[in-house]
Amino acid sequence: MRGERNMNPLKLTDARPGPAFTVTLDGREITALPGQTVAAALWAAGVTSWRGTRGAGRPRGVFCGIGVCFDCLVSLNGRPNQRACLVPVRPGDAIRTQEGTGHDD
Amino acid sequence: MTDRPRLAVIGAGPAGLAATLAAAAAGVRVALVDSAPEAGGQFYRQPAPGLGARRPQALHHGWRTWRRLREGLGRQITAGRVTHLTDHHVWYVERHSAGFTVHALLGPLQEDGVTVDADAVVLATGGYEKVLPFPGWTLPGVVTAGGAQALLKGGLVLPGRTAVVAGTGPLLLPVATGLAAAGAHVAALVESADPKALVRRSRALASLPVKLAEGAGYAARLLRHRVPVLARHTVVEAHGDERLDAVTVAALDAEGRVRPGTRRRIACDTLAVGHGMLPHTDLAATLGCRLDGVAVRVDDEQRTDVPGVWAAGEATGIGGADLALAEGHIAGRSAAARLTGRQPDPRTWAGAARSRAALRGFFAALDSVYAPPAHWAEQLTDDTLICRCEEVPVHAVRTAVGELGAGDVRTVKLLTRAGMGWCQGRMCGPAVAALTGCPQTPARTPFARPVPLGVLAGQAPDTQTGPPPPDNPPDGKDPHDD
Repeated sequence: MRGERNMNPLKLTDARPGPAFTVTLDGREITALPGQTVAAALWAAGVTSWRGTRGAGRPRGVFCGIGVCFDCLVSLNGRPNQRACLVPVRPGDAIRTQEGTGHDD
Repeated sequence: MTDRPRLAVIGAGPAGLAATLAAAAAGVRVALVDSAPEAGGQFYRQPAPGLGARRPQALHHGWRTWRRLREGLGRQITAGRVTHLTDHHVWYVERHSAGFTVHALLGPLQEDGVTVDADAVVLATGGYEKVLPFPGWTLPGVVTAGGAQALLKGGLVLPGRTAVVAGTGPLLLPVATGLAAAGAHVAALVESADPKALVRRSRALASLPVKLAEGAGYAARLLRHRVPVLARHTVVEAHGDERLDAVTVAALDAEGRVRPGTRRRIACDTLAVGHGMLPHTDLAATLGCRLDGVAVRVDDEQRTDVPGVWAAGEATGIGGADLALAEGHIAGRSAAARLTGRQPDPRTWAGAARSRAALRGFFAALDSVYAPPAHWAEQLTDDTLICRCEEVPVHAVRTAVGELGAGDVRTVKLLTRAGMGWCQGRMCGPAVAALTGCPQTPARTPFARPVPLGVLAGQAPDTQTGPPPPDNPPDGKDPHDD
């Protein structure tokens, strides 16, 4: 099937989220919902990668989704190496793509 | 501080919740220590409260059991018998002459340390997913099956519009049906196991009619959502430049090799992939608990061989939520009895013991059916990354083994850095062991998670380290001396 055409997770669970708010990814505004992790908010915005690896600079995003693999490391409000799959997103968060170790720039 | 003994339960999933409720009901104070903001673990992961989900059960199985656990926990917290310590990421459990000290980092930033003292410990640390590498598996859009489910259940998001769910194991069924129910187009469920093997084990599997009904339920949902099931198939490659745009799947022959001429490409923006689960055993291993293979060894009371330490759930071997509930219940009862100076009476947990025996048998049979393709490593190209953290390609490991003579995972790690990165080999461990020709062993790490140097430096100088006197177990008796 082509998916349940008009279905989405919020509708399926009859969710009435609190007011949406704005965060930024590399300066670009993204809308997030309260309670979502940074990774969930980025996914919902269609973003799947937010780190460049230390060696080849290849894109990475969520892999394990439960804090084990460390692939989803991101720079959050100036702190590098935050696991996007664990940290809740907060209004005004400045999320930055993490390049390499996150300490280079 | 009252005189009543205190039990620390590490992990608030099915096993930890069952242990907590059983011990609290028997009059023991319990500190339930968990890394998540809310109880439930992975299986009962709930949408964040801010999302206001009024029907979260649409994404869950066993909702009635969860409600019973949640309400029981609430009552025990109100009664003052249970303290639920959320956002506590335990990195070390220290055993000393006065009992145990649980060391945790406060989340989510995990920069500050706290300690919790206890007279005994139940390790209900759960498990994580095993994924064997294949070309393209590091592309964004490729996630573990459990990871896709966690983001769906907890964040109410889908990774994309079109998903392929692949690998092997019973977890793939709820992931595929969950994604489909939430509106994703699931282009295929790719399972490497042979359905004929299920039939061959039907006697063992039929011993639990409830589980058969569960399987039938998933089959019906797959049909309803028109998810094509490709049994005896595997994903041989994920394609894309900056992110996933397709996978190539192929049929497997009876030996577990890709059948020539059966490759086909399926467009997708998400691949949810998993090859089974592995127990989290770091805390048990640093306590000195004996492991059987990759799982913590326990006796009939769920005791490890370290006095004062119990273990339950996936940490003692993968068997799902129902088995975790039974084991947790037994662990809680046993720990409570021994902490209050009573001899545990197994008759008080006879029902849980029967469930445990049946479920262990059932999962042993399932385990013999759900196995990754025997020759999965033949699909690896030389430049496929085997270690995601350190970006170690397959050829480096093959060179270390074939030309430099490395015969064990540790030597491969020293020669190639595979397993030396952030995840400490949890992701690449099974694959590196396979390419090295070694049995899989648990990743041995001094601490269960990265610890800031400031927290380590802040450990008081009088903090005792090392093993306690062997003649002075924390519960005042040798639990093996019955």
